[in-house]
Amino acid sequence: MNLTLKVWRQKNRKASGKFVTYKTDDVSPDMSFLEMLDVVNEGLVKKQEEPIQFDHDCREGICGSCALMINGQPHGPKKATTTCQLHMRSFNTGDTIVIEPWRSVAFPVVKDLAVDRSSLDRIQHAGGYVSVGTGGVPDANEIAIPKVIADEAFNSATCIQCGACVAACKNASAMLFVSAKVSQYALLPQGQTERYERAQAMVLQMDEEGFGGCTNTYQCEAECPKEIKVTNIARMNREYFNAEFLQDKKAHV
Amino acid sequence: MSNFSNTFSSTLGKKLIMCLTGLFLCSFLIVHLTGNLSLFKNDEGLAFNQYAHFMTNFTPIKVVSYLLYSSIIIHSVFALFITIQNKKARPVAYAQKSGNGSIWSSRNMGVLGTILLLFIVSHMSSFWYEYHWGETPYVKYETDLNTGKTITTEISASDYIEYVSYVNNGIEITKSKNLYKEVATEFKEWYLVAFYVLAMLAMSFHLVHGFQSAFQTLGWDHSKYKPLINFIGVWVFSILIPIGFAAMPLYFFFK
Amino acid sequence: MLNSKIPAGSLAEKWSKHKFDLKLVNPANKRKYDIIVVGTGLAGASAAASLAELGYNVKAFCFHDSPRRAHSIAAQGGINAAKNYRNDGDSVYRLFYDTIKGGDYRAREANVYRLAEVSVNIIDQCVAQGVPFAREYGGLLDNRSFGGAQVSRTFYARGQTGQQLLLGAYSALNRQINLGTVKMYTRSEMLDLVTIDGQAKGIVTRNLITGDIDTHSAHAVLLCTGGYGNVFYLSTNAMYSNVTAAWRAHKRGAFMANPCYTQIHPTCIPVSGDHQSKLTLMSESLRNDGRVWVPKTVETAEKIRKGEIKAKDIAEADRDYFLERKYPSFGNLVPRDVASRNAKIACDEGRGVGKSGLAVYLDFADSIKRLGQPAVAAKYGNLFDMYAQITDENPYESPMRIYPAVHYTMGGLWVDYNLMTTVPGLYALGEANFSDHGANRLGASALMQGLADGYFVIPYTVGDYLATIGPAPVDANHPAFAETKKAVQNQIDKFLALKGTKTVDEYHRDLGKLIWEYCGMSRNAVDLVKAKQLVQALKVDFWKNAIVVGANEEVNQCLEKAGRVADFIELGELMIDDALDRNESCGGHFREEYQTPEGEALRNDDDYTYVAAWEFMGENMPEKLNKEQLIFENVKLTQRSYK
Repeated sequence: MNLTLKVWRQKNRKASGKFVTYKTDDVSPDMSFLEMLDVVNEGLVKKQEEPIQFDHDCREGICGSCALMINGQPHGPKKATTTCQLHMRSFNTGDTIVIEPWRSVAFPVVKDLAVDRSSLDRIQHAGGYVSVGTGGVPDANEIAIPKVIADEAFNSATCIQCGACVAACKNASAMLFVSAKVSQYALLPQGQTERYERAQAMVLQMDEEGFGGCTNTYQCEAECPKEIKVTNIARMNREYFNAEFLQDKKAHV
Repeated sequence: MSNFSNTFSSTLGKKLIMCLTGLFLCSFLIVHLTGNLSLFKNDEGLAFNQYAHFMTNFTPIKVVSYLLYSSIIIHSVFALFITIQNKKARPVAYAQKSGNGSIWSSRNMGVLGTILLLFIVSHMSSFWYEYHWGETPYVKYETDLNTGKTITTEISASDYIEYVSYVNNGIEITKSKNLYKEVATEFKEWYLVAFYVLAMLAMSFHLVHGFQSAFQTLGWDHSKYKPLINFIGVWVFSILIPIGFAAMPLYFFFK
Repeated sequence: MLNSKIPAGSLAEKWSKHKFDLKLVNPANKRKYDIIVVGTGLAGASAAASLAELGYNVKAFCFHDSPRRAHSIAAQGGINAAKNYRNDGDSVYRLFYDTIKGGDYRAREANVYRLAEVSVNIIDQCVAQGVPFAREYGGLLDNRSFGGAQVSRTFYARGQTGQQLLLGAYSALNRQINLGTVKMYTRSEMLDLVTIDGQAKGIVTRNLITGDIDTHSAHAVLLCTGGYGNVFYLSTNAMYSNVTAAWRAHKRGAFMANPCYTQIHPTCIPVSGDHQSKLTLMSESLRNDGRVWVPKTVETAEKIRKGEIKAKDIAEADRDYFLERKYPSFGNLVPRDVASRNAKIACDEGRGVGKSGLAVYLDFADSIKRLGQPAVAAKYGNLFDMYAQITDENPYESPMRIYPAVHYTMGGLWVDYNLMTTVPGLYALGEANFSDHGANRLGASALMQGLADGYFVIPYTVGDYLATIGPAPVDANHPAFAETKKAVQNQIDKFLALKGTKTVDEYHRDLGKLIWEYCGMSRNAVDLVKAKQLVQALKVDFWKNAIVVGANEEVNQCLEKAGRVADFIELGELMIDDALDRNESCGGHFREEYQTPEGEALRNDDDYTYVAAWEFMGENMPEKLNKEQLIFENVKLTQRSYK
């Protein structure tokens, strides 16, 4: 296969970037998208040029590192597939492929196609946990959880923190991600004691990071490689409004 | 924990405001359309003018109308805030961006909303402002309660002191501002009719997203009721109601 | 001189007694101690969180942008625990026994017993954190049998147990970061260990964004940096997984134990071409219903390779179900090492399938006929989808092609019972150490060990050392810090000066092929001697002809890779030394000279019941072998048989 790649190159966070065009031939349809970029990079290094930087690691679709905007779609054209699991057979010879980094004020570019997604970590620092220390916990089977709740919580927990939802959203909103985290704990009995404070703290941090607001376009759901549902966002809204309007946070004295 | 202003300055709080004002405006549409259906009554505007008087003078309705005006303003102002914030969240735009998975109207609520706002301003200045403070003509209806026949007479400002409706010798006499005539006249202008129809199209698209979206914002996504909400959103708010409203200018234009 | 510090007493009481004997740090003094945790996968994140909860100041480092990306995340199958929730006869002792036996009697009894003992606490801990394990309709936890175990003791979370457990540990870590007790350094790679008077006192790191070389001091350093499977270039490890932190610590005095023990997993998707960057594993549960076969003759196999005929065209009589033929009682469910080696033998005979000839069939046709396609899809649907996505072939219609791939490394830094390496104050946890799996690891045991070390072992054992050295602050101005930093900078300058003709990736590929060929699924002395020379030549060539572009003061993937590959080359040589030294076959280490008449692994318990702990003696010097004799007081050493 022959391809023309238009790749965003940007030296660092502060530098201004631009598209650079690369021609590549000898692409096998069995290659993954990242392996195709590996080949391009190897060619660049041979010419003593700097390779294209992109985040990747497990290449099994689970670590959430890879994050490329391919022809205007996060992770490319294939549904429920991360960039690393996208194969070149999804393209045709002669295609021009535009590759951009995730774009959001909360995801500053590190270099070329790699962005800094630590904002997603900070949202979880704010409350994405159950406050339980090591040791002294009850036996695992002391808490029975209805299967439907366990399954629903699991569906939320499958989020890989890749940020495709932010990339896909026209408002660069992180609500699908945050709501998946809020939902997992809101559903499970283990998460109940800090349920409302958690929703408030995580939403507050999300806003501080500069993410946009949700306008319910649902592009996040369509582009999520793990098919996280927007019902999580509805749940987060419930949790948050419940916390803000209905919960009394002070003991009566 | 936090006070109300904090709540409503969060992204979720702003969303809630859009949702609540939006739903309130939706409920108004039902009332407005139902009342305005009297335009189609072949009574030279008697029912419509009675309805117009009732709507502008009945105190509880007046209170609600102020809520309505403020809803329109708040809905627009917050839409502006939200749009600015959302634009700031992505300072560098994509060279290429697909809309995969979303409907067109959900991505263009701002444009649709702006059309609607322009429409509301123009609509209110033609009718609401004229009715209250402009030079609306006057009319007198004399209905024979035995035969049901009505005689309509246009009257001059000097013959009109205030709205009256009483029965005298089996004849019901109503004197009122003639908003009906105002409507009938306006809708003879093709450009106005076109503008109204276009605005109703915009409303249809605005509500096909807006109505169900409001329930998503409220977190009301129970799998049992969600289909009902979607059904109402599509069939009532983005088809029936816009058609109903669009039919009015068309009716008068072709009458 | 190697003191494993295994406590005296009966097996079942060793750990309890030891916990009592360990010195405690006064609660008020804990905040005066700094502890560095390098790597934040299962072992690192759980250790960092647990130590911070105790009151220590923790500095945690990872080279990813977030701790949640560590490769623990990719584990699919599950985690073992001796809970006996199924009432099927499981116990701590049985888990201990299975693990010792599965490791081919090359692990320490005391360590393995402790692992089995704390396994039950791990599940409790994870559930309390909100890890969504699979549940039954009654709301209680579900279990499955895994990796040929006779009891159902494996807890799982669909096909992503690793991700869910890691997210649990990561959430505990997040809580401590929020409380300010853990300072998290992301995109920071440890490049050297700082020792003062032979004790670990800090590390040198490179900030992968700015290139800043920083020193960090601490009272103790924990390496939780995973395994070295990427020495093979192609493995199921993540692209960034590397040996650098462990290797540099090795060069500062930590012994490397049993480096030749590597695990080859039989059910991976075969290589599709030279462009291949990594391999993808599919859960070995597939072997429960799939039948492994190759054509009986080389001629038929050749036709398959050329694409002239398809698997379906081969008559039943012309197929060789070699696992069922050789191992009638275990059939397709023989342990990983046996299944892998037999696939290799079939391919070496020229009977492999696929374009490359390096694959065997895993056929579900019989199961689909017997159970129906929906039932097979319900069990393996996600794996079938994954296979189809990567290979573009429909496994419901034609058999899957599989081939073994490197998956896990049992070898690692030598540690004593307290998980301390031979450098006082330096600890190794999880896959980075050698301790619990012997020569072969059982399925669903890696997650168990990582979390056991982090949650339930290190919080006790590190205190003993800290109480001994006292809370006086580490002198960050000690010349050792500046010297080590200078050494790191010098090495970086050496890398940046490489302006040859061959990319670092090419060297990595060459190294991988070499190690795979000569020190992979089966080894022999002649080849190993040859391989040693080849690796040495590769090393010389690397330092002459490699290309490293760019500068230090920027994001520089060439420089990062160069450092890692240089270390892999050196480790490769040591793996060969170790394989050459071990004149027996055991677990993942199969020496062709040592096999039974039936071609099975032949152990030599008289001469090789030891841990080989290698000591670095200087650049380009042969490493010195130190032996730790393994003593078996509770289990009887037997030959594994699956006939």
